[in-house]
Amino acid sequence: MVKRVFGTVLPSMALATSLVLGLSGCSEPDQEAQVEDNTKAKPQAGEIVVYSSRKEHLVKPLFDKFTAETGIKISYITDGEGPLMARLEAEGERTPADMLITVDAGNLWQAANIGLFQPVQSEVLEASVPEKFQDSENRWFGLSVRARTIVYSTERVKPEALSTYENLSTEDWDGRLCLRTSKKVYNQSLVATLIERHGPERTEQIVKGWVDNLATDVFPNDTALMEAIVAGQCDVGVVNTYYFGRLQKDNPEIPLALFWPNQQSSGVHVNISGAGITKHAKHPAQAKQLLEWLAQGEAQAMFGGLNMEYPVNPDVPVDELVKSWGEFKADDLNVEVAGRRQVEAIKLMDRAGYR
Amino acid sequence: MSVAIARPQPYLPKALRRVGLLRSCALVLAMVVGAPLLVIALSWGSVDAEIWLHLAHTQLFRLLGNTAILVMGVACSVLLLGVPLAWFTATCEFPGRKHFDVALMLPLAVPAYVMAFVMVGLLDYAGPVQSLMREYIGTGLSFSFRGTTAVVIVMSLVLYPYVYMLSRNAFLAQGREPLEAARVLGLSPLQGFLQVALPMARPAIVAGVALALMETLADFGAVAVFNYDTFTTAIYKAWYGFFNLQTAAQLASLLLVIVLAGLYLERRARGSAKYYQNSRRRTSQARFQLTGPKAWLVSAWCGLVFLIAFLIPVGQLVYWIVDGAWRDWDTRYLDLVGHTLGLAAIAAVITVVSAFLLALFNRTYKGSVSTGIVRLATVGYALPGSVLAVGIMLSFNWLDEWAAQLQTLVGLPVQPIFVGGVLALLLAYTTRFLAAAFGPVETSLDRIKPSIPEAAAILGARPPEIVRRIYLPMLAPGLLTAALLVFVDVMKEMPATLLMRPFGWDTLAVRIYEMTSEGLWQQAALPGLSIVLVGLLPVIILVRRSAH
Repeated sequence: MVKRVFGTVLPSMALATSLVLGLSGCSEPDQEAQVEDNTKAKPQAGEIVVYSSRKEHLVKPLFDKFTAETGIKISYITDGEGPLMARLEAEGERTPADMLITVDAGNLWQAANIGLFQPVQSEVLEASVPEKFQDSENRWFGLSVRARTIVYSTERVKPEALSTYENLSTEDWDGRLCLRTSKKVYNQSLVATLIERHGPERTEQIVKGWVDNLATDVFPNDTALMEAIVAGQCDVGVVNTYYFGRLQKDNPEIPLALFWPNQQSSGVHVNISGAGITKHAKHPAQAKQLLEWLAQGEAQAMFGGLNMEYPVNPDVPVDELVKSWGEFKADDLNVEVAGRRQVEAIKLMDRAGYR
Repeated sequence: MSVAIARPQPYLPKALRRVGLLRSCALVLAMVVGAPLLVIALSWGSVDAEIWLHLAHTQLFRLLGNTAILVMGVACSVLLLGVPLAWFTATCEFPGRKHFDVALMLPLAVPAYVMAFVMVGLLDYAGPVQSLMREYIGTGLSFSFRGTTAVVIVMSLVLYPYVYMLSRNAFLAQGREPLEAARVLGLSPLQGFLQVALPMARPAIVAGVALALMETLADFGAVAVFNYDTFTTAIYKAWYGFFNLQTAAQLASLLLVIVLAGLYLERRARGSAKYYQNSRRRTSQARFQLTGPKAWLVSAWCGLVFLIAFLIPVGQLVYWIVDGAWRDWDTRYLDLVGHTLGLAAIAAVITVVSAFLLALFNRTYKGSVSTGIVRLATVGYALPGSVLAVGIMLSFNWLDEWAAQLQTLVGLPVQPIFVGGVLALLLAYTTRFLAAAFGPVETSLDRIKPSIPEAAAILGARPPEIVRRIYLPMLAPGLLTAALLVFVDVMKEMPATLLMRPFGWDTLAVRIYEMTSEGLWQQAALPGLSIVLVGLLPVIILVRRSAH
């Protein structure tokens, strides 16, 4: 759609071009030096360029390690997935980017859907990344797994009272539930999988039940939600495991615990962060090398471990703290459901009044 | 040029007029900053009716209502906060005035998203204030600090300095004579303020409120902390949720229409009144001396605003840093600070020069065309940053397409020249903040009575000399104000920086984004405090300079 926005503008832009060039001579003498400076900073030949919506502190240690081991340099920018994908799409074949790293299968699916990725044939990746955590056409691969699960107050809730995501919509939890905003893709993906299992009508009932049970307005992030449970504003909530891990690391005595729901049925909702090689990558071979490197061994352990997530590769050991939360049965749906049903999920949550 | 002779502006330097240099520069400028808006406005090629219907059915009206309430709330609060504070510090004498004069500007350096997460962290249910209250008073007084009132309070606390700064400059520039005349004619001090000083300062006050409101409309970071849904929320929903950038652009262009309409209505309400002022400044010797309880009340009020808008949020940031966030310090921080300062300084210069040219153009060729051009060039401020950033990126990307053809022709390897370059980022800042610079530049240009340059011309001064010896000195405070606003705004700017920064050009705002988007408030404290501290110096310099 970027192209469409753009296509209509060409004639007027022709005018602007000459004007931009005119302007730089007209009032902005400072820039000459700056531009020169910049070309020096531009990636050199053979250097991989990564666009990442995973944050710098979670990817930089890995990039540094990769460069140390292979001598291949990596330059990167970080931003939200929306802007990065818009930029990739607009740059088209001129893009300097070789790889896009992003979180949530919903986003990866969208990126593949608008043609930003190229398929990658790799035995290493097939062996390292389980089927349900990769694109069926091999355009993207999961690199870490996070569970979106139930968190409860150990002071006011007995774990026996908890059972499923669906159960949180029953009257038992009236005025006791806290949720994060539906604008976050994590919740959209959770609801997308519910739609896949139960169909839209039943799912809308469930979501409405959640909304009716809310103790207070929805929260902007998982951490604030858990702090509200600790403070007694509500008793249960739904969060990503690593956010709980961070709080637990800061305060091991925190009166919160994770509960693994749906163990008798569908399993815990899991999602991934992952990456794909861009369609117009200038260094596809090096990018593939990086992708394979990230999917196995120590790098794979680091990729999940840095953020207290689970490794996607079953051969790689889980971080100790993460391990202490116990084992669980995970949902075996392919995570691309999250992308396929994202729009449907958002509309459903809007109708149900989940803000 | 017979038309020009018929117009009452013979003071424009003839050389400029002859070559049409000014006109072409302004036109070029308007086109450059207008191009991204054009990209957005031209998104109406096809409409995704399904998304529109869905939004209309489920939330559009609630969002419009929320936005209207927010805008009105912020408008009233920044007026009530900014104008009286400006009046007191500019024209009265009371204990601590000298300090408050500067101090009340400082909240400008606090980004809205930082203020939001600090205030919610302190005051919401799980925060220390309510936790203490529950411990000692019981649960009876619990409240949620996430409703409309909370958003209005937070936005007003960071945005009132725009009104404060611009109206303070206006009050200082008025001098005491008009008020003395009013008193002689029998008005009380309050009547004098309401009937003389206030109307005279109207253009400046309006410019300040307009800036505050445009920033309110563009804001996403702060309202996201409160999960308060505004029109901007719908724009992001269309983009990030439905992955429909086109619908997002259409929604954004509606926002632009609303803003243009608002600005137009204000202009009309102002009518044909002309605002020229005496620019001699004698107020420093002639303040109204407040005494007794009155003086202390004013001091206490200033102190309270400063405490809530600056000391408390900064105190919280410092607390987080001492509590452990200092461990995040590494030598890369110096790079971050360097990039932030460098970008902000260059962008400030470019933007102020652009705003000056535009304002001069607007004054010289007053008419509907020039007004239209100015409006177009300055309306970008009200757009949500990411949307504008994408508009800018698309315009530049198109240039790259041309460049690519050239490169192929010449046989060079094809690579982007504009997107991802410093030039693009600087122009993005100019586009975004031209409005912030334009307000103060225009108001100070209005202060130059046509008779002054006319007199200079009659005395034989050549046009460059008129600019150098009349315009520049008289405009200096306004230009400085503009430069400061842009400087601080660029430091706080997030979406365009994120999207368009060259590789390795991370700034403090980028670091804040990295942390806050993951909910790591404490880790955002160090870059947050750095932005505030770096912003203090220019603020202080500016207030000091304009006080004399």
